[in-house]
Amino acid sequence: MKSVELENIVKTYAAEKSIVTAVDNVSFSVEEGELFGLIGPDGAGKTSIFRILTTLLLADKGDAKVLGYDVVTHYKKIRDIVGYMPGRFSLYQDLTVEENLNFFATIFNTTIQENYDLVADIYRQLEPFKTRRAGKLSGGMKQKLALSCALIHKPKILFLDEPTTGVDPVSRKEFWDMLKRLKAQGITILVSTPYMDEAKLCDRIALMQNGKILQIDTPPNIVNKFGKNLYAVHSENMFQLLIDLRTFQQTASCFAFGQNHHLTLTEDPLSITELEEYLKSTNHLNTTITKIEPEIEDCFMQLMKSPSPKEIIQ
Amino acid sequence: MRTLLFLLRKEFLQIFRNKLILRMIFALPVIQLILLPNAATYEVKNITFSVVDHDHSEYSRKLINEFTASGYFQLNDYSKSYDQALDQVEKDKTDLIVEIPAGFERELIRQNESMIFFAANAISGQTAGLAVAYANSIIRDYSNNIRAEWISMPRLSAIPTIEITSSNWFNPQMNYKKFIVPGVLALLVTLVGFLMSSLNIVKEKEIGTIEQLNVSPIKKYQFILSKLIPFWFLGLMVLSIGFVISFIMYGLYPVGSFWVGYLFAGIYLIALLGFGLLTSIYAETQQQAMFIAYFFMLIFILLGGLFSPIENMPDWAQYLTYVNPVRYLIEAMRMLVLKGSSFWDLRYHFLIITAFAFVFNGLAIWNYKKTV
Repeated sequence: MKSVELENIVKTYAAEKSIVTAVDNVSFSVEEGELFGLIGPDGAGKTSIFRILTTLLLADKGDAKVLGYDVVTHYKKIRDIVGYMPGRFSLYQDLTVEENLNFFATIFNTTIQENYDLVADIYRQLEPFKTRRAGKLSGGMKQKLALSCALIHKPKILFLDEPTTGVDPVSRKEFWDMLKRLKAQGITILVSTPYMDEAKLCDRIALMQNGKILQIDTPPNIVNKFGKNLYAVHSENMFQLLIDLRTFQQTASCFAFGQNHHLTLTEDPLSITELEEYLKSTNHLNTTITKIEPEIEDCFMQLMKSPSPKEIIQ
Repeated sequence: MRTLLFLLRKEFLQIFRNKLILRMIFALPVIQLILLPNAATYEVKNITFSVVDHDHSEYSRKLINEFTASGYFQLNDYSKSYDQALDQVEKDKTDLIVEIPAGFERELIRQNESMIFFAANAISGQTAGLAVAYANSIIRDYSNNIRAEWISMPRLSAIPTIEITSSNWFNPQMNYKKFIVPGVLALLVTLVGFLMSSLNIVKEKEIGTIEQLNVSPIKKYQFILSKLIPFWFLGLMVLSIGFVISFIMYGLYPVGSFWVGYLFAGIYLIALLGFGLLTSIYAETQQQAMFIAYFFMLIFILLGGLFSPIENMPDWAQYLTYVNPVRYLIEAMRMLVLKGSSFWDLRYHFLIITAFAFVFNGLAIWNYKKTV
């Protein structure tokens, strides 16, 4: 059985004088025990999908099922078995760590003791602060508490909406380690993130933009589908280099990417020597061109640029 | 049921942890009951007056004595002329000019009647009206006294007169404080029941916790009850504190049954909590909720007859007050505290407020959705 199934889900919001399509005909499914990531920038429609799946929002069109239960007709069943961690920290800031956890356990008719082993890993780090109010915790601690609260009723599936946004790199890494351990216990996890580097930690990912899914696959497959040679170009004047590379005739795409500019060419590898000639003629100093392996972000940038297969058919 | 208990425990935990709110709940009835009845009074005392006495006779001096001895008036000065007295009015030193014409005493004895001239400063209509009314009653007493003096002299036969005296029931001294204290009690219950409940629910929306509660097996009625019950108790607690303070401060306690008072306040609170819930459904932030609540509170209280009697309002405003729940509580409180009305006397008030409770809560539950 699939843990999550979406079929042709559409959700629109009425904005001023226009209609914004937040989720545009999205279909995908998540296998049981899978760690599935929704990757995309802000406004891609990730949160809307989460809210539809957690029965907080009704879709305009399409069907969605969570563990076989329809989100509209069997929403009560779903609310018993899912754990949801909203994007914004939303626990009671005026209650202590322990009181928060206790409260969320009791409203699901369970106790901390009953499911302690599930949250033990995470909660142990919080235990020294258990009499501290939730509002006084650090960002990373808050996320851990929120995860504990979402887990305390032993959900079969966990929805985590941008759990690591605004959290420091060390806490982010710890958080993903925790997700892996939860996955090992058989919990299906659906997670969204705007960070491309977290994408490769998922089993499968869906790249999203403007309410549409650009591609769904495992991270290695997505990288393999890149299908072009990728070059990292560096020189002393990086800004001028970007302008020059973009004006170069055979440039297919060029983006600033950390220390380097990532470049693909139209007539590869024929034009690589032409490029070297061209850069010499433009007076760049200490120019280096190295062939590199593409990352998820490169794939995302490429997919954003090219029209999706569906649009070509239309 | 068990879930409801846990929800309630959490609500009380949060309320008791919020020290400021807790202090306010105690400070509010104390301060309002001390401040409002003493400050908002319609009794006008210490009216100043100027005398322009052109007669300088025994009778004119007697008249002036009546004024100063009445306790309402304070003599500002003896002016030589009306213009000089008017100057005092312009300087805001005097409220009333009493001009006694020359030959006042002579006319009175010869013709049996004489004239006096009053001019009141009507910048404050209230003071002017009262000043003239008090002055009239002093003159009436004065002329009655003279008449009595003369009647006792056998040269005149007794004139039959009809004298009208009035007595004020339920508030014999026309003490304005007694009028306003039950109203302030109603105000306190309204404040806690309406404002605090609507803000509390919106707070859950604002900090996002409502989403977590929505994705849980909590039922709609459990959530709503967990929000309403704590403020129902707080409202009745504030009322109790109010009763204690009004007894200590003003010696006022319900002449009627306490239980009828609590029963009425209890039903009234259910109605207002429903209205607070309705507000919180439409407000997204505490700021919005605050503004909506303030808007209604102001209208409810000013049109509720707390300060100005409903009977003084124009017809259209009186009709408006029929849909104002605060009006019924203020009325019921006054009837109960001053008049000692029984449950049976208040039956229509009970009926109407119960209807309010059903309508507000029905609307709120109808509109409340667990999906966002």
